[in-house]
Amino acid sequence: MRNLLIFITKYNAFFLFLIFEVSALLIYIKYNSFQKATFINSQNQVTGSLYAQVSQFKGYLSLKEQNDSLAHENAKLRGMLKTSFYVDTAEKHKVVDTVYKQQYTYVVARVINNSTNQSNNYITINRGSRDGIAKDMGVICGTGVVGMVAAVSDHYAIIKSLLHSKSQFSAMLSKDKSVGSFTWGTDLNPRQGLLSLQNDAKPTMGETVITSGYSLFPTGIPFGKITSLHAKEGGLLLNVEVGLAVDFTKLQYIYVVVNKYAQEQAGLEAVEVK
Amino acid sequence: MGRTIIINAIRFLVLVFMQVFLLKNIVFYNLSTTYFYILFILLLPFEIPNLLLFVLSFILGLTVDAFYDTPGLHAAACVVLALVRILFINITVQKEGFDNEPEPTLSIMGFRWFFTYAAILTLAHHFFLLNLEVFRFSEIEYTLSRVVLSSVFTVFLILVSGLLFFKRKERK
Repeated sequence: MRNLLIFITKYNAFFLFLIFEVSALLIYIKYNSFQKATFINSQNQVTGSLYAQVSQFKGYLSLKEQNDSLAHENAKLRGMLKTSFYVDTAEKHKVVDTVYKQQYTYVVARVINNSTNQSNNYITINRGSRDGIAKDMGVICGTGVVGMVAAVSDHYAIIKSLLHSKSQFSAMLSKDKSVGSFTWGTDLNPRQGLLSLQNDAKPTMGETVITSGYSLFPTGIPFGKITSLHAKEGGLLLNVEVGLAVDFTKLQYIYVVVNKYAQEQAGLEAVEVK
Repeated sequence: MGRTIIINAIRFLVLVFMQVFLLKNIVFYNLSTTYFYILFILLLPFEIPNLLLFVLSFILGLTVDAFYDTPGLHAAACVVLALVRILFINITVQKEGFDNEPEPTLSIMGFRWFFTYAAILTLAHHFFLLNLEVFRFSEIEYTLSRVVLSSVFTVFLILVSGLLFFKRKERK
């Protein structure tokens, strides 16, 4: 027993190392999946409010760009108003209002923490469950798809960015209408994504890749434009490179998509069809 | 003694703030990111007990993790760094010399020793951190180039900071 104690004190550095290393790895493996919210992340009160203050200062530096992009978006939306269409036949635009029921609503939020250079990137925003945000909602911004809500607290939410090794979204070619799955590229480039399609799809250079409308997002929100057609790592699927529409490094305001019928759809799809 | 504690506490806060609000946003060609906060562990005094060294490394790692949203990742890498530090100092520094060499800084230990010290410790930390983050062998070449280029960036910052706080009279 005495010899054992002497042995342990002589090589105490190694045993201390084992204890701390194992506890660190346990924390890493247990909580890194983000399924369980912990207190060691950027939605807790201390880190959350620190990030909020710093992002407020940073916001001043890019006011001009933000104004420009908001003005562009306003112009685009104004173009979609019914009043901006020329009515050539009276019947065509005679719309009975009850036909339309609002399915998607949008919650605007400010980005208070954002990373683009890790292999798994997350975005923290200043809206949480009190503003109607729940896990697994889609997130977009003025120019395109941003990601999906991964965790919420009362006042903050963490978004699993499109720039995440496990992000996967349903996407569609705008002309061909073939549906595939959209992931982040493999080389950590914040401006490039990867679209996997069935082999019979016919993508063309510069074609826009949009959301399919099967889940989370309304249809037609852009991911980006196809920049390269050559297949990567040959396989069953056709892989095309897509230049992302969203500049993740300059993200400031985003919209969380609230789909009113999401639960109904998910509930129906979960039922086993016999 | 009291002075050492205050200096190290200030160093801890300053380095963590720099890391999470400034250096986190700096990246070259998706390859080179710096983890400059490890300077805190590098500059702890020689005579620090092993237990305290490991506890401080663990806390530093968890603090950075809280801001990076990666619970445990930086803590694990910092604990590895602490072990490498103990081994390196055991091999290269004589125990008797501790009285007039309290801290392993550039101005006290000289350029050659400090450069080797910083380079080896940084490489060990970055190698462990980036591989644990990716956790795949299929991209090992890409990860290794990230390790090397990030280490160059970090060691560069460490040497610059060493020269900034260089005290000429202490040099032997």
